[in-house]
Parts: sequence; C-alpha cells; structure tokens
Amino acid sequence: MEALHRALRPVRPWMVYALGSLPLLMLIWQTVNGALGVDPVKTIEHRLGEVALQLIVAGLCVTPLRRFVGLNLMRFRRQIGVLAFVYAGLHLFVWVTLDLQFRWSEIGNDLVKRPYIILGMAAFLMLLPLALTSNNLSIRRMGAAAWQRLHRLVYPAALLAAAHFIWVMKAWAAEPMIYLALITGLLGLRLVPRSRPAQRARVPGPEPR
Amino acid sequence: MAERWNTGLRWSDVTPRAAFLDRRRFLATAGLGIGTLAFAGIAGAKIAATPSPYSTDEAPNSLEDITGYNNFYEFGFDKSDPARHAGAMTTAPWSVRVEGLVDRPGDYAPDDLLKGIALEERIYRFRCVEAWSMVIPWIGVPLASVLARVGVQPGARYVRFESLARADEMPGVAAGLLDFPYREGLRIDEAMHPLTLLATGLYGEAMPKQNGAPIRLVVPWKYGFKSAKSLVKISLTNEQPVSTWQMLQPKEYGFYANVNPEVDHPRWSQASERRIGGGLFAKRVDTLKFNGYGDLVAGLYAGQDLAVDY
Repeated sequence: MEALHRALRPVRPWMVYALGSLPLLMLIWQTVNGALGVDPVKTIEHRLGEVALQLIVAGLCVTPLRRFVGLNLMRFRRQIGVLAFVYAGLHLFVWVTLDLQFRWSEIGNDLVKRPYIILGMAAFLMLLPLALTSNNLSIRRMGAAAWQRLHRLVYPAALLAAAHFIWVMKAWAAEPMIYLALITGLLGLRLVPRSRPAQRARVPGPEPR
Repeated sequence: MAERWNTGLRWSDVTPRAAFLDRRRFLATAGLGIGTLAFAGIAGAKIAATPSPYSTDEAPNSLEDITGYNNFYEFGFDKSDPARHAGAMTTAPWSVRVEGLVDRPGDYAPDDLLKGIALEERIYRFRCVEAWSMVIPWIGVPLASVLARVGVQPGARYVRFESLARADEMPGVAAGLLDFPYREGLRIDEAMHPLTLLATGLYGEAMPKQNGAPIRLVVPWKYGFKSAKSLVKISLTNEQPVSTWQMLQPKEYGFYANVNPEVDHPRWSQASERRIGGGLFAKRVDTLKFNGYGDLVAGLYAGQDLAVDY
C-alpha cells in the first residue's frame, strides 16, 4: 500500500479532471467521425448517463477503500464528484436538446408523469447543491459537520440514478442491476460499525508467540 | 505510389457481375449439386416486385440504417447485436408450420407458401414502441393471400405467430433474455387487411437475417414489436393469443399495440418520434394515429375504446 501511495504522490487533483474528460473527448471524436452507429443521439445520451453513474460509483468507493483497504484517495474525491455532476448535466442537456428537441410541453409532461424521468431528475437535483459546495470556501462557511451532512445526499442520488437506469429498460437487463448491486453494497459498507475494529487496529494485542 | 501498384489492368478487364455470378453458380453446381443453383442465382439478382399504391412517397432509410439498427432480442438487447450475430442463423432449409383452424395444415417451405402470389414492394413507415421510426421498402405478399391458400375455417378469429428460437444460433435465446419463442397475434380482420404483409425481402434483396429472414410479419399501423420476425409457426385459433410482451408486462403491452400518440406507454410518451437516419440531428416529428394509416384501418376498431384496448 505504501508503494501505491508513493506512486500516486505526483498525481495532482487536476489530472483527475484531465482523465475524466477522456470519455467526453472520445464521444466527440466518435461523433465527428460517424462512429456512433445509426442513432448517435441515443448512444451519446446513454453513454453520458452511464459515465455519470460510473463516476458516482467511483466516488462512493473512496471511503470504503480507505477504511477497509487502507488506500487513501480522499484528495481526488472532489474531482470525481464534480465530474459525475458534469456528466449527469450533459446527459440531461442532450435529452432536452438532441433527443426531445426543446418540445417543452412533452418535456414538462415527462417530468411529472414518467417515474424514471422523475427519478433521474431528482438524482440530478440532489447532485446540484453538492457540486455548488464542492470548494474549500463552502466547507469553511458551512462547517465540516453540516457540509458532510449535506453531502450524504449522494447516497439517495446514487440509488435514484441506478433505479432510473433500471426503469428505462424495456426488459430486465443485467447491466443496470449490476450498478444497483454495487451502489447498495458500497452504501452497506458504511453501516459496518466503526468503533471496535478501528480501536483494535490502533491498539494491537499481544504478539502471538 | 499509384504507379507502383499499377498492374496494367483496365476497367474493361473487370469481369461483369453477371458473368462472375454465373461462374460462381457453375462452381456451386459442379461441386455441390443442383440444389445450390437456385440460391446462387437469387443472391445476385434483384427480386422482381411490383410497386404498390399502399407505399408512402417518403424517402426510405438507407440499407445501412435498416440492417444496422434492429430490435431482435433473440440475438441480444443492443440494436447492433442482430447485425453482429444473425449471420449464424440457418435460414435454409426453412419451414413454417401452419396449424389450427385451417383446411390445409402442414409444414411449408416459404417458397411453397408464396408460390404464384405476386411479390409487391411496399414502402411503409415503421414506428417502434421506443419512439423512433424509419421508412422501409419491404418486399412481400399480403398475408391474406397466404391465408386464403391454406384455407381459413369459419371458426378462426385470431392468428398466432411464433418466431424461431434456436439457442445454439441465437445468443439472446441462450441467455433467456425474454420468454422465447417470441409470440405475437392479430385479430383475423387485422390479419386479412390488405396492408398486412408477409415480407421476404427489402430493398430488392432477400430479407437480411437481422431483419427477420427468411419470412416475417409486417403490420405498419402497429408498434414494431407486433411485426414478428423469422416466423416458424402460424396458427389460426378462436382464442385471443397472448404475446411475449403481454406476458412480460401486461400493464404496459396490450394485444392491439396500435400506434397512437394519445395513448402513452406507461413509462414514456408516444406523442412524437425521432426519425432515424438524420445522424446527430435526426428530426423529431409528431406521431400519427395508426402511424398515418388511419384512413385504411381506423374502421377495424369502430366502437372500441383504444385507451382500454391498447
């Protein structure tokens, strides 16, 4: 683990943004080259949503990785979260522009009548305050405890995003179920009682002879 | 660069396509016997089909669109799966079992079922329940002609269709993505309607495998899933059949599945559709009731509440 931490030391947080923009650049490159198949709009829309969900999962991994594996990626968590919000926003933007093509009455109807769209929109609206407060100033202003409480919104947002994915499919597909299982598992890990294992780690017992 | 690869050949040296195919046919005949001859011959030639007054004058989608974007869950959920995997499906020999309330039940080769019935080209709008659409130049015969050939008995009120489910050639069947074989059904008056087609080709060629070779149903005023592909069974019954989608989600899919912008799918709107083929800016257009075929088919549903009979 020490070697891994040493290897990660030169990685600057902004590099996470550079890495995180690769799926978007890839999509743009494929669009320009006509490599997205017969219906590029659906492909773009779905891929953006999928990357957002993957980044949410990645963000949820940070705490369990530190606690159970001892790998500390905490200094990259903000970038992961902001990227997840950006991809979710692009996903919504493509839905309004290229897919629904500004048909506002249909968009309005969808937003009140379609459960999967309501779930997706709710997840996005939950990510919005998190993205807006993803800066040191907000942490200082709000106080660490209140800030942390607010950012627990990512838990329901993640579940809603996975449900949104499941609900949009015509039949039961494996992929969205895998995301839901991952998210449920990662949230479940947070329920593992903290105090005793942590104490045992700090105060090692007598060495076996 | 061009110089280095110059072989001295001219366009006049190129073998004409017909002669090339003839040579292939000779080889096939010599090597494999007479049976192959017919197929090799068909593969090269455009299928002769008469134009139809039922065709739309809208421009058809490209062959690439039509063969690269398919819902054929026997091969996988993704719309590119059928193009990727359908090549493995054996379509010759093929047999369609005709059974139930018919005078001449039996196992028919597609050619026998269609023999003597004039092939027509029907350029139809195709509207998927997922709110996208295409225009497709089908080749086929009215289902009514085929039903007349097998002799529908007076008690028959419905037609039930069944598609091929062959696990070793169809990864989606092997994975059990739906409750296969895929089943669909029509009321007898819908089946006898002149718009309803048994299609065996498109764009002047034999039906591509990913589009439901060798023979499929086409019902242009209903959502695409009603147009069952790669048919192996046609049954005339007096009971309303239950379709695969009805079995999976009875609240979302009814028996009729007529295209109707006024009756939404429970999870999404049917008010408009994206016409596939325009790339990034494929235009969204208003969906027409009965997919624009209302003049011809609305009468079939006189007195029915289409919000109930969805």
